[in-house]
Amino acid sequence: MSTVTRNIALKDQYISLYREKSGEISANSAPLMNTFRKEAITRFASLGLPRKGSENYLYADIERVFSNNLEKNFSDRKISFNIKEIFHCDVPDLETNLLLLVNGRFYGNGKMLKKLPGGIIAGSLARAAIEYPELVEKHYGKYAGRSDDGLVALNTAFAQDGIFIYVPRGVKVEKPVQVVNIMISENDLMAQHRNLIIADEDSEARIVVCDHTLSAHRFLTNSVNEIFTARGAKVNLTRVQNEHNGSSQVTHSHCLQEGGSDLSTITVSLHGGFIRNNVYVRLTGEHAENHTMGLYLTDKGQFIDNFVYIDHAAPNCFSNQLYKGVLDDFASGSFNGRILVRRDAQKTNAYQSNNNILLTDDTRMYSRPQLEIYADDVKCSHGSTMGQLDENALFYLRSRGIDYREARLLLMFAFAHDVIQNIKVDALRERIDDLVDKRLRGELSRCNNCAMQCG
Amino acid sequence: MQNEQDQILDKITSGEYKYGFYTDIEQDSIGKGLNEDVVRMISAKKNEPEFMLEFRLRAYRHWLTMKMPGWAHLSIPEIDYQDQVYYSAPKQKAKLSSLDEVDPELLETFNKLGIPLQEQKQLAGVAVDAVMDSVSVKTTFKETLAELGIIFCSFSEAVREYPDLVKQYMGSVVPFTDNYFAALNSAVFSDGSFCFIPKGVKCPMELSTYFRINAANTGQFERTLIVAEESSYVSYLEGCTAPMRDENQLHAAIVEIVAMENAEVKYATVQNWYPGNKEGKGGIYNFVTKRGICKGDNSKISWTQVETGSAITWKYPSCILKGDNTTGEFYSVAVTNNHQQADTGTKMIHIGKNSRSIIVSKGISAGVSNNSYRGLVKVLKGAGNARNFSQCDSLLLGDKCGAHTFPYIESANQSAIIEHEATTSKIGEDQIFYCNQRGISTEDAIGLIVNGYAKEVLNKLPMEFAVEAQKLLQISLEGSVG
Repeated sequence: MSTVTRNIALKDQYISLYREKSGEISANSAPLMNTFRKEAITRFASLGLPRKGSENYLYADIERVFSNNLEKNFSDRKISFNIKEIFHCDVPDLETNLLLLVNGRFYGNGKMLKKLPGGIIAGSLARAAIEYPELVEKHYGKYAGRSDDGLVALNTAFAQDGIFIYVPRGVKVEKPVQVVNIMISENDLMAQHRNLIIADEDSEARIVVCDHTLSAHRFLTNSVNEIFTARGAKVNLTRVQNEHNGSSQVTHSHCLQEGGSDLSTITVSLHGGFIRNNVYVRLTGEHAENHTMGLYLTDKGQFIDNFVYIDHAAPNCFSNQLYKGVLDDFASGSFNGRILVRRDAQKTNAYQSNNNILLTDDTRMYSRPQLEIYADDVKCSHGSTMGQLDENALFYLRSRGIDYREARLLLMFAFAHDVIQNIKVDALRERIDDLVDKRLRGELSRCNNCAMQCG
Repeated sequence: MQNEQDQILDKITSGEYKYGFYTDIEQDSIGKGLNEDVVRMISAKKNEPEFMLEFRLRAYRHWLTMKMPGWAHLSIPEIDYQDQVYYSAPKQKAKLSSLDEVDPELLETFNKLGIPLQEQKQLAGVAVDAVMDSVSVKTTFKETLAELGIIFCSFSEAVREYPDLVKQYMGSVVPFTDNYFAALNSAVFSDGSFCFIPKGVKCPMELSTYFRINAANTGQFERTLIVAEESSYVSYLEGCTAPMRDENQLHAAIVEIVAMENAEVKYATVQNWYPGNKEGKGGIYNFVTKRGICKGDNSKISWTQVETGSAITWKYPSCILKGDNTTGEFYSVAVTNNHQQADTGTKMIHIGKNSRSIIVSKGISAGVSNNSYRGLVKVLKGAGNARNFSQCDSLLLGDKCGAHTFPYIESANQSAIIEHEATTSKIGEDQIFYCNQRGISTEDAIGLIVNGYAKEVLNKLPMEFAVEAQKLLQISLEGSVG
């Protein structure tokens, strides 16, 4: 089959799946979310699945990943095992408000929405759309809806649930909110969930998202996050991707920042067969600040693709992208970062940096740091490097009695720590430092306490 | 101060394109349109051997299957390929044996352009091949070069005199299947320059080609082929101008360079095609494929370009670093003003071990223009210890222009080191203030700063060109708003 017909056949497959199941999808979701589906599937029909080789998906073979015929489940199915037994977070001293997402649906043991101190609402997005329709309606689909990515439209058509977090005006959340996103099933499974995070004016929140797979089946996740930070809000989001090598994950984060807000996202990708992270940020008010960072450690046949798009639509904003990665065995990776400075976004400061270490001749890395600038009074710079560890630094360490292997590990660890040090949750930062250290030594295949020993 | 700067900018940007005259010279051209017969006719007009016609027809048939690419950061109005004249030549007598026989109008044209063929021949010591509308008009210094075994002549002459060399190398670096415009050029190219440096010969003078589009509605499709045999050296210059016209004219050329073991080729371009008027009307579409291959070990190819003209510039002079220890260099200053658009850069393909490349790109945008750097650095698996350094700076003059950077970096080798860095900024007010304070007017200060900014690249040009390029920069930009 030619590539064009494959693309069309795949597209039709998803469209007919939607036609067949739309009743079931809507019945197990919220009316508000259902109102978006029809338009979304039409949009998907015109956009299709992104094709490898197109400017935004130059190296990621989405068609291959989405052509796996995985089971899709649209009904609320009881899970036959106790999650608490099979999973507990192994980060010591990490005190969080825990939210569980199992196969893309909120798992609350009957309690679908939690009210936390200060009026914070956290829990199921579908339930929130029923209980707080005005609040959800104001934001749902407003940021991701502009996307011309067929996968976002596909998500909007199929998504039934996800995480909802609302932080009211002026509230500062002390305890981080932790979202644990678990894939567990008796069959190969595909899930598409939708998260909505709203930080109202002058609020502050720290959010931790952990992606795990708890059974050795093949999984595919296509998730969309919409994040809104109102004037003066501060949000710090750390995501740890630690799935097994048979899993594929595509995430889309669409963020809108108002003036004076500060959004910082850090994505640490430790494991996963195929990972594609899309981050779109729009800075719409003056003095907004954005930090988008990522660390990826890949080996074997893993593929990781980070795509970042920072849109400076207002003057006097600041943005910083920092992505670092170590590639081993025959892994491949891609980084695509773009800074767009619109015509009137004067006095913009924007930085972008991507550093990669390739450990073998079979790895492949593609880097595309891009600037698109239409305002003159700006300071923008980007840098990208690919190479190996500094010979002089290695020599320095070895001349002080540290053996070759240890010296290399030390340097790689320091390289990775550059990103990790920005994690604002102390316990998590230490834990990730530890995980990365283990990962670089090749001792970590999963979080230690997990029952599954895969990949 | 803002006001004063605006005035200076206005004054400068309203400066007219001084090469915009048109020479009324008898033309031998064919009608508009493109089909297989036109391709045959061009080949027949040039008395080409059979293999050339075959090559052209294969290219033409391939072109028909292709679509114009649309990935560049350019907005290109639709081009009607049937509305172009594909062959136009100054009518000349059967053959010229000395300069005296050249049409005086033609000589006048080249004198106006500042390339007095006569004088240059005696004084400057630069061998010139002048190409007007598609046809090589006169090549100087041929005899002196021939003594060293160097062949420097028009492409059509090379086809007749040295068919074996042409057959061997034509299309070996840029095959006609390479891209849309390469296919088009391969089908309809009318002339160009051919240069062959034999083993061990260091070419004693700069070789130069001057291109001029004269006739209306004419596309210029020339082809340059440079072959440097083992341990040879040549420095090559290219310049271009065109009359001012309201319609857009298409220029789709091909330059191929082959460098064998230990050979070195330097290729410098000062591109000053007519950029269109202030409202963006007219101007040349400059869609050129330039590529060199460092075939033998230790060879070196260096591209230097100063791009100030053309309504749209779309080209990526590239190096394929095939041999071990080869070097590729790319130095570029691209200036866009008014409604000009540029999407230019380079490709460095590292295949051989220890291959090195350096990219220095300086973009300057003013008016409502858009200036993009797009470059690929690709290191293949076998290119151990490959090394690349890229630096792409953009300078924005005015708040309505755009400056963009799109690097593509691909590595499949652990010992390769690739670095890329880019900055975008405007001229600092403190810098202008500093100059003002020392009695330098704002206009001169900006000229000084822009020149300093571009110096790194201008220094790479041969002397004669450096002077011309500096002047061009002054005309294009000096005094722009900081």
